[in-house]
Amino acid sequence: MADQSVAVVTADRRTTPMLEVTGLGVALPAGAVVDRVSFTVRAGHTTGLIGESGSGKTMTAMAVVGLLPEAAVASGQVRWKSQDLLTAPERRRRQVRGREIGVVFQDPSAALNPIQTVGRQVGEILRRDGLARAEVRARVLELLARVGLPEPERQAGSYPHELSGGMRQRVMIAVALAGRPELVIADEPTTALDVTTQARILALLADLRDREGLAMILVSHDLRVMAHVADEVVVMYAGRVCEQGPARAVLDRPYHPYTRALAGNVPAVTSRTAIAEPLPGAPASPFERPSGCPFHPRCPMARARCATEVPALREIDAGEIDAGGAAPDGATPDEPARRRLSACHFAEEVGP
Amino acid sequence: MSVLEIRGLRVTFAGPRRSVREPRTTVRAVDGVDLDVGARQTVALVGESGSGKSTVARCVLGLVTPQEGSITFEGRPLGPVRRRSPGLHRAVQMVFQDPGSSLNPRMTVGAIVREAWRAHPSVAPAGDRREALARVLADVGLDPGVADRRPSALSGGQKQRVSIARALALRPRLLVCDEAVSALDVSVQSQILRLLVDLRDEHDLSVLFITHDLAVVRQIADRVAVMHRGVLVEDTSAEDLFTTPAHPYTQALLEAARTLEGAA
Ligand SMILES: Nc1ncnc2c1ncn2[C@@H]1O[C@H](COP(=O)(O)OP(=O)(O)OP(=O)(O)O)[C@@H](O)[C@H]1O
Ligand SMILES: Nc1ncnc2c1ncn2[C@@H]1O[C@H](COP(=O)(O)OP(=O)(O)OP(=O)(O)O)[C@@H](O)[C@H]1O
Ligand code: SF4
Ligand SMILES: [Mg+2]
Ligand SMILES: [Mg+2]
Repeated sequence: MADQSVAVVTADRRTTPMLEVTGLGVALPAGAVVDRVSFTVRAGHTTGLIGESGSGKTMTAMAVVGLLPEAAVASGQVRWKSQDLLTAPERRRRQVRGREIGVVFQDPSAALNPIQTVGRQVGEILRRDGLARAEVRARVLELLARVGLPEPERQAGSYPHELSGGMRQRVMIAVALAGRPELVIADEPTTALDVTTQARILALLADLRDREGLAMILVSHDLRVMAHVADEVVVMYAGRVCEQGPARAVLDRPYHPYTRALAGNVPAVTSRTAIAEPLPGAPASPFERPSGCPFHPRCPMARARCATEVPALREIDAGEIDAGGAAPDGATPDEPARRRLSACHFAEEVGP
Repeated sequence: MSVLEIRGLRVTFAGPRRSVREPRTTVRAVDGVDLDVGARQTVALVGESGSGKSTVARCVLGLVTPQEGSITFEGRPLGPVRRRSPGLHRAVQMVFQDPGSSLNPRMTVGAIVREAWRAHPSVAPAGDRREALARVLADVGLDPGVADRRPSALSGGQKQRVSIARALALRPRLLVCDEAVSALDVSVQSQILRLLVDLRDEHDLSVLFITHDLAVVRQIADRVAVMHRGVLVEDTSAEDLFTTPAHPYTQALLEAARTLEGAA
């Protein structure tokens, strides 16, 4: 009996979104860097953000926790546990950050304090929680060991500049996990890590997901990692969503020419390949977004209409293509998590 | 003759103390490394996080002084960066792993590149500097508008590309790239890899390319050196590395990469 009720609670927790981002916008004096982005994250699930360098992934992720540059103004809604974080008082947001939501920053060197040992930084939130010194130390060492730092007892006494780039990145992950968050925002968490270390970090996150229902917003340019980890993905281009839906389905069978170009270009390790063909033209800056569909100057499928008419993000009837279990587990067929959305006038014509 | 010749390189750092009463421990970051980069060669340096790759790179740049060993560039010894002639200083450039802290936060991107040209007039563009600036930025996929912004107003991948543009603006003969394309999507990444190949063909550029991404290695490296705990455990042609990896660590590395790829 008891077990059953636990299972029901868990199943419920896993299907209803814990974070609901609706119509998120981020405006800078120079223009809107993020424009009407919506997605959800469910407990025990990962929502991935992908897109070209400069497309607004970090801005989107940081808007969720209110860590935007000073000049930036966020709009829309970020519902976390039935409270809108965008309008919540800063005091509440500070409470959420680190405790309920952990953040792995893209640039660990900027995020870590250069004059504090890494052990102290990992333990900070635990000390604030009033844990006894010995307990803090034990937990810090455990965390450093779990992220694969060699000789944690010794390394805990290091300063960030005494560590390698990948070691700093892993310390950053330990800091984010220290407060036992329910959601982790991980911005390129494994960019500096060799594949064996990367595999270890991904396994750690998967373990926390399975055992504690950890949810994650993962920003990564590495589509191999994305396909491996994410349940849902949001593909961004020049600050807007161009496609979103179940991760595997989107990456295997895109409904937007930009996603297709990204997904079709992943170089292989198993076979020697020529250097991939870059997309023609330069990435669009969100500040000088081209008219109509922002991708039109580079799109192989573009037609006259694309230069004038902004394509709406609309639901695509993926039919049976997605029927075969492509939806993230826990999602029922008519749930939003399973829907395929594309912002292309001719989405149905994008070949597999 | 090799462009870059590293012999018997050893670097030891003072590490953290185990407790306040104990003396500082020592870390052998690089423990006897021999490595060559031939003319117009691209040599990849791969290996576990913390194995000493960046330390080797920093020695080549003269930012870390090794306890032992020698480094020569075109037959001339490469000493500490302060003692290098302007010509030598310019000829060996590096793209740092951490672009955020290697770019001057108080300068705009345009000023950063112009400053590099001011310090090395021999390679400064003759004509319109603004146009030349726009060109070096376009080469790495950045629009000219970026020139007026400070590094803090750029995305991670944009900073990384500014760092590449600054190094290439000095027309180096040897470029040391430390995870220079690690935060870039495949499209921008391939644009930069192609740029490096073009520079090799047209300007005889040699490259020491540190990366964790084996797919990138496979695309551009002529040779691959694998580092593990301060020593080179394998140094072989790129083709052999992928087909017949000899060292257990290399095998584990390839295995992990294939697992990830198989899942995708
Ligand atoms: N502080 C800032 N002030 C002004 N513009 C900024 C600032 N930070 C970022 N930008 C701009 O906002 C846009 C989105 O940046 P963001 O950091 O979200 O990109 P990203 O998708 O994370 O890219 P990357 O993959 O390179 O990290 C970029 O064009 C960037 O130049
Ligand atoms: N300034 C320093 N003081 C003390 N130790 C250092 C210093 N710089 C590097 N180390 C140590 O030297 C070792 C090698 O570091 P290095 O940065 O060369 O590794 P790496 O191979 O570049 O790793 P990564 O792939 O994570 O960037 C690490 O154990 C690191 O902690
Ligand atoms: S709307 Fe037009 S330009 Fe935009 S992605 Fe679709 S076909 Fe290409
Ligand atoms: Mg980013
Ligand atoms: Mg390094």
